[in-house]
Amino acid sequence: MKRFLEKFSIHFVLIVVSLLSIFPFIWLISTSLKGAGENIFAYPPDIIPSDFTWDNYTGVWQKVDFIGYFVNSMIVAGGTVILNLILSAMAGYPLARMQFKGKKIVFFSILATIMIPFQAIMLPVYLITLKLNLVDSVNNFAGYIGLIMPFAVSAFGIFLMRQAFLGIPKEMEEAAIVDGCSVWQLFTKVLLPMVKPSLAVLAIFTFIGSWGEFLWPSIVLTKESMYTLPVGVNNLQGMFSSNWRFIAAGSILATMPIVIFFLAMQRYFISGENDGAVKG
Amino acid sequence: MFKYYGKFIPYLFLFPAGIVLLIFFFIPFFQTFLLSFQDYSTSIYHPALVGVENYVKLFHNPVFYKVLWNTFIYLFVAVPILAILPLFIAILINQKIRGVTLYKIIIYLPVIVSIVVAAIAFKWLYADQGILNYIAASIGVNAIGWLTDPNYALYSVILVTIWKGIGYYMIIYLAALMSVPKELYEACDIDGANFLTKHLTVTIPHIMPTIALVTTISAISAMKVFAEIYVMTKGGPLNSSKTIVYYIYERAFENLDLGYASAMAVVLLVIVMVFSLINIFCFERNKYQL
Repeated sequence: MKRFLEKFSIHFVLIVVSLLSIFPFIWLISTSLKGAGENIFAYPPDIIPSDFTWDNYTGVWQKVDFIGYFVNSMIVAGGTVILNLILSAMAGYPLARMQFKGKKIVFFSILATIMIPFQAIMLPVYLITLKLNLVDSVNNFAGYIGLIMPFAVSAFGIFLMRQAFLGIPKEMEEAAIVDGCSVWQLFTKVLLPMVKPSLAVLAIFTFIGSWGEFLWPSIVLTKESMYTLPVGVNNLQGMFSSNWRFIAAGSILATMPIVIFFLAMQRYFISGENDGAVKG
Repeated sequence: MFKYYGKFIPYLFLFPAGIVLLIFFFIPFFQTFLLSFQDYSTSIYHPALVGVENYVKLFHNPVFYKVLWNTFIYLFVAVPILAILPLFIAILINQKIRGVTLYKIIIYLPVIVSIVVAAIAFKWLYADQGILNYIAASIGVNAIGWLTDPNYALYSVILVTIWKGIGYYMIIYLAALMSVPKELYEACDIDGANFLTKHLTVTIPHIMPTIALVTTISAISAMKVFAEIYVMTKGGPLNSSKTIVYYIYERAFENLDLGYASAMAVVLLVIVMVFSLINIFCFERNKYQL
């Protein structure tokens, strides 16, 4: 009996916490499904729409280029992931496996970048990006590159890959060398396949971080056609000033891709093996 | 066998990452200091070197102190809650119960969703005739200007940051809880210790390093908040919800006063670096194998 009461109260608390976690979304979904005939400020509020409609979704879809935002987000997040994988793996390898002059300096310089928040250096980063013509006013391609490059590699990624390479037994390398592998072959054909799990973790967390990035794109982007999803969603507020039905529907539409991604990849996020992997 | 790699190969491998870090980290880092000694407010193309003038102006600006104070309130409110509440939830989830995965997914969901969408969702909850004011009215409290009253705006924004962070820290705590030896709990059960004493005497002491870790990383991220404020209040009303990163953004990109904004960025840099040093050398040594 005591055990039952304990379990019951644990479930009760967790259900309350879960409800609090998703209630803001539920209320947004509810609003997005309410038709013009229903007062969205009604007291008492109705969770279940009485004038149910999909019109807000079709309406906002016609006025806002969600496909365009989605494609922009995919290009930026995809490019950021690919560069992070390549650059982190390449930099992590010598730090784990080779001996060279200045290794300590390189190591601590990379470590130091962890302490530098992007928000504190974003002004010079912006000036440099302008100087290099990596902005959307030059052309779209330059705009994408400008969105990607400041996040093309991170100390977190380099250290993650270094850890992964440290875990590979030396005999693997020696065998490959005896077989006459070149360094590049050894790296791409022997070592990289062995660190696939770490590459997957790095890819997923880089993707999430890049997908949600808001500050940098809202600084550099000038053209609406280049907006990524977070910038586009924020822009809904200006477009539909007080039309909360449309703002709600647009926010939900923009959130769907990442929720699907999360549900598909959830074990990477909630297993706890990769704790602290998302950038703060 | 390390001879195999030759003299230059390590540098070739490091080069691509090095060039990106150089252009987008190290140069901007030093340039931030340089900019803070220049005045861009008269001409953006021909800044004048003005020495420490920006710092002098900064430390005589009441808005700066207001912004700094707001940032510290952010820390003092968000950090303790984010260090304790997720631990409590993690302990509950760590019990032998059904539906653990589902709870974890739902509570983690706010972490995944864009902060912009989260802020919009809360803005809707906070609306003058919104659902929170309905709840307030039904318990006999007058309607609150969640985002429009200078007394409440900052706390309303902090609540969003807390809500969005709980799942993230819960997962960190869950990983730490797995390392607590089961025998200790069994010993507690034999002694007949209740829930509270069990966790106060066994769990908390065991995962103290993780609590410290969560405290510093949540402090670092509290120092960096921007999107919540940008989407919900733009720092208003009357600067009441303006924090340091938002003020840097405003001075740099709305007033085009890059020098002044950089002086503030240096202040931010110093504060965050202190937290980060503590974090790296005290709590994350293993991660970087120092």
